[in-house]
Amino acid sequence: MPGPIAETIAGLLLVATLVSAVVRPWGLPEALVAVPAAGLLLLLGILPLGQAGAEASSLAPTIGFLAAVLVLANLCDRFGLFEAAGTWMATGSRGRPVTLLALVFAIASTVTAVLSLDATVVLLTPVVFATVARLRLRAKPHVYACTHLANSASLLLPVSNLTNLLAFSASGLSFVRFGATMALPWLAAIAVEWLVLRRFFAVDLVGHAEPVSDTRGPVPVFACVVVVLTLLGFFVTSLFHVAPAFAALGGAVTLAVPALVNRRATVRDIGLALEVPFLAFVLALGLIVKAVSVHGLGTLVTHLMPGGTSLGALLLIAVIAAVLANLINNLPAVLLLLPAASVAGPGAVLAVLIGVNTGPNLTYVGSLATLLWRRVLRQRGEELPLSEFVRLGALTVPLVLVTATVALWVSLRLMG
Amino acid sequence: MPAMRIVIWVVEGTWQGCIDAASHSLPAGAQVALLHVTPSDVAEVAGAATTGLLGRAFAGRRPARSFQDVADAAASELLAAAAARLGRQDAALLRRRGRVEREVIRAVAENVDLLVVARDGDHSRLGPHSLGPTTRFVVDHAPCAVLLVWPDEPPGIESIPPPPPPGHHPPPRRD
Repeated sequence: MPGPIAETIAGLLLVATLVSAVVRPWGLPEALVAVPAAGLLLLLGILPLGQAGAEASSLAPTIGFLAAVLVLANLCDRFGLFEAAGTWMATGSRGRPVTLLALVFAIASTVTAVLSLDATVVLLTPVVFATVARLRLRAKPHVYACTHLANSASLLLPVSNLTNLLAFSASGLSFVRFGATMALPWLAAIAVEWLVLRRFFAVDLVGHAEPVSDTRGPVPVFACVVVVLTLLGFFVTSLFHVAPAFAALGGAVTLAVPALVNRRATVRDIGLALEVPFLAFVLALGLIVKAVSVHGLGTLVTHLMPGGTSLGALLLIAVIAAVLANLINNLPAVLLLLPAASVAGPGAVLAVLIGVNTGPNLTYVGSLATLLWRRVLRQRGEELPLSEFVRLGALTVPLVLVTATVALWVSLRLMG
Repeated sequence: MPAMRIVIWVVEGTWQGCIDAASHSLPAGAQVALLHVTPSDVAEVAGAATTGLLGRAFAGRRPARSFQDVADAAASELLAAAAARLGRQDAALLRRRGRVEREVIRAVAENVDLLVVARDGDHSRLGPHSLGPTTRFVVDHAPCAVLLVWPDEPPGIESIPPPPPPGHHPPPRRD
């Protein structure tokens, strides 16, 4: 098949996959379009079987890692870890909104770094929302902090974000080195978010809460210990050149067994927590992006990608990644940029991650999704209450992007 | 003479002080309504963040209660607590959702004599910008009298800055 036609078909299928993933007609899983689309590309020979096999086998460990982390986070929720965090924030804030925001920052950044941004968005944000409601304080600064930090604070570890997991295997960095290099950019991003949000929401961070009756439940010590050991396991396995996915698997199993015995979770619950349709979606998306990139787009990206790890090159890479993440979505963006970036070295890969992870705060859901979402809302005849979110994104994203990239540059110099 | 109709705008964080200040100024026999507006963007943004995960928030991982439900329950409890604090169980409770400043104006658009509003309460920002944008909008556009109260201790008279030196003229207005 001639290149341009193959490229067009692959591109259209990518768009169709992303659109259906966002709109999810009739609530159907996103894999329902992605998997047949990937199959079609194989069938038409647009993606040669050999390349598909190579891509699939390079994605497989990442997908296994993701599955283990998803189950781990879900079981932590069932053991009451997030509820306990909510209670801790409520009592620790002593009714002061600014103190509460600081605690939300600490918890959201930690949860995002250790249990992934999914955990922050899906499991922590509802708890924060309920906590703020119980304290009778204004929810806006705290909820916005959660949604922003889910992206900005996902720089630290390979497990923090699916984009990091994808890049981790491509970068050739060890878990320890990844974390050590990204520590400074992570802290820089959180610091910028704090300074901007604290000022932006000054008007909403007023007054004081009603004293809450101390309804502290038991602290889920077991779940906490397992999470800490899993975290240590990531570093230890990495030192012995064992895939850190095994540490995540170990943590998930250690929580799953007592959860099943105590009937906190059923086998079906754990099966659901695995998000099998989503894992299939990631694999299919990887193949579709591969097809798009072997037919020309990949070469274009390689040309655009600056070489070297000078500060200017890193900044340019981060900006390109952020723009792409906002245009399509950070998942296909990172898949598209990784081959070119990994040629340029680990510094370039990490700069891509700064772009695709912090960029999505700019446009609501950070993708082509934005457009669709807005259209859906408009069809429902609702007024779009987005201006504040977009203004906040416009204030934070460029600052976070530059600060974190400069921090990465410093970090790379320090690490040698 | 018909009874005075008063709406007290209740906001998280400052509602206690607002109710206390209003209770001192309530004329006898006034009809009181308590108003709370839930901003619609908060639940919207929290929900949209899950959309950004591209469906990773699937199946069993959706929270049991939607953000909207939690917000509605919290608003009802807040209004009930405000009525109890005011000692007026006969007060009408008005629960709205939307763009806060516009919903407040809509709620007092007709047949309301007085709207009680708590200042945003940040003593460190006294001056032209001491009111937040939402409160500013309400103060500017309310079609009734507005009683602006401090939710905590009013600042002392010493908060007034020293007068400008002789010969100083304020900068020309831009409009």
